[in-house]
Amino acid sequence: MFLRPAPMHIPDGFLSTLVSIIFWVVSIMGLAYALRRTGQDLGERQVPLMGVLAAAIFAGQMLNFSVTGGTSGHLLGAALATILVGPWPAVVVMTTVVSVQALVFQDGGLLALGANLFNMAIIGVAVSYFVYASLRRLTRGASWGLFASGFAAAWASIFIASLAAALQLALSGTSPANLAVPAMGGIHALIGIGEGLITVGALAFLFATRRELVGAAPAAAKGGRGVWALGLGIALLLSVLSPLASANPDGLEWVAEQQGFLEAARAPLFNLIPDYVLPGISNEALATILAGILGTLIVFGVVVAVAYFRRSGKAAA
Amino acid sequence: MHVHFLDPYRPLTSPVHALDGRVKFILAVAFILTVSLTPFGAWPVYLLLWSIVLSAEILSGLGVGYVLRRAALALPFVLAAIPLAFTTPGTPWLEFPLGPWQLTLTLDGLLRFANVAVKSWLSVQAAIVLASSTEFRDLLLAMRAVRIPRLLVAMFGLMWRYLFVLVGEALRLMRARSARSGIAQRPAAAPRRRPGGSVAWRGKVAGGMAGNLFLRAVDRSDRIYVAMLSRGYDGEVRSFATQPVPPGARVTLWIGLALLGLLWLGGTLVWG
Repeated sequence: MFLRPAPMHIPDGFLSTLVSIIFWVVSIMGLAYALRRTGQDLGERQVPLMGVLAAAIFAGQMLNFSVTGGTSGHLLGAALATILVGPWPAVVVMTTVVSVQALVFQDGGLLALGANLFNMAIIGVAVSYFVYASLRRLTRGASWGLFASGFAAAWASIFIASLAAALQLALSGTSPANLAVPAMGGIHALIGIGEGLITVGALAFLFATRRELVGAAPAAAKGGRGVWALGLGIALLLSVLSPLASANPDGLEWVAEQQGFLEAARAPLFNLIPDYVLPGISNEALATILAGILGTLIVFGVVVAVAYFRRSGKAAA
Repeated sequence: MHVHFLDPYRPLTSPVHALDGRVKFILAVAFILTVSLTPFGAWPVYLLLWSIVLSAEILSGLGVGYVLRRAALALPFVLAAIPLAFTTPGTPWLEFPLGPWQLTLTLDGLLRFANVAVKSWLSVQAAIVLASSTEFRDLLLAMRAVRIPRLLVAMFGLMWRYLFVLVGEALRLMRARSARSGIAQRPAAAPRRRPGGSVAWRGKVAGGMAGNLFLRAVDRSDRIYVAMLSRGYDGEVRSFATQPVPPGARVTLWIGLALLGLLWLGGTLVWG
């Protein structure tokens, strides 16, 4: 149940190296800023609060409920964290959750972690905050507004983040945009409903027991305007960009191809074995056979060595 | 129920387990980077990379079966790459209709799909060997060694320490829910009626549990903070001075990096 692969966590191998590195850089910048802001706002309390909340989100992802036909809804938590502790701490909490998932549970790749952090920690939180803060202001603090905004924020954070993941896949040339965007968006529009229901349930519980945690308008978050604008920008950009990319996949494919060309263009610089020396195909077949033999020898050598040391260890013991 | 079943670390004695965590961490990341940089179609390089990670699996005593079973959990994402097999232009290999569409499977497309799947499969194996042969404490040291901010590493550590406590609470909440719900048979009179309430109601119950968990976590973090203060915490995260990497592990690191570098170079030279 814990190791259920979530469709939002991109594993290694699906993003091109260039895309991975670009999103690593973006995520590191966002995270560094969020860490500084969290430090200013929370001071020395931040380490225990962030650490334990991250553990709670991680554990909360186990709480599922059956939807239909063996599928189940469960929590991802970006919206809930944003509503409860504000945007900057939520970025830090989600970063902790997503990083440990990748590092220990292989939920998402290590090289792809930059992109996953961008989708789930940065986009997830910024979009949640934008939707929640706007709707709370519109409903003027009515208590039903809390639940409606919570639901909308949870749904939007999942949906927009999945669009970002689809575009990253398309940009890497792994999945064409006209298929990836509707597929990822469609699945997550449904998953987002489960997320929204759980978030509303959690808000209802907290509203009944500890009103001061959720009742206050979120305007109190310092520097919220920047996050609000960021969330608005991301939500607009992705909800405009992804249908466009989906309708004209050529644009993204063009980018992916350019990237492919860039990678291919390096080749002639150091083409050591020109095609006229060995015909391309037999060269490759030969190399594959050689590599196969070499690989088998390596593995065989390791097996023999391990067996030998095991036996001598047992004899000595 | 004990929840250490979650921790993928397997305490064994093996050369891989004994290797310094920092070296393992860097080598695993370098391996994944090499896999990512290996160009399309460089199958011999993939074979050699596979033999390297396979050797690590055997050396570590984890067993190839264990790693492959865990690797299978990451496989469903491969679905995302399946369209590649149909959209890549090339020699048509197989054509079949699917509803209104005519799908054309090309050999090039199939190879491209295999390329993505192999990359993902090799990378996840390296990550599994790392996580299963390295204690979390050593992973934290490794993250400090590659200059991940001290504050973030401290949060990772604190999260790990309390993860099992909170997972225990989540499991107790779930057990309480099952105890309250019972497992009702579908009534014979109305076999289509599901036991339990509507989806929205079930979602609300699960949400109440999540809120409960959150509240307990916030309260717990208050108590932890007070306990930390009473032990002299002043906002500064301190850690033990790290030991230098032993020379033997250093040699392993450089040999490993050189090997991966050679494979990358070979891959780009011949197939790039």
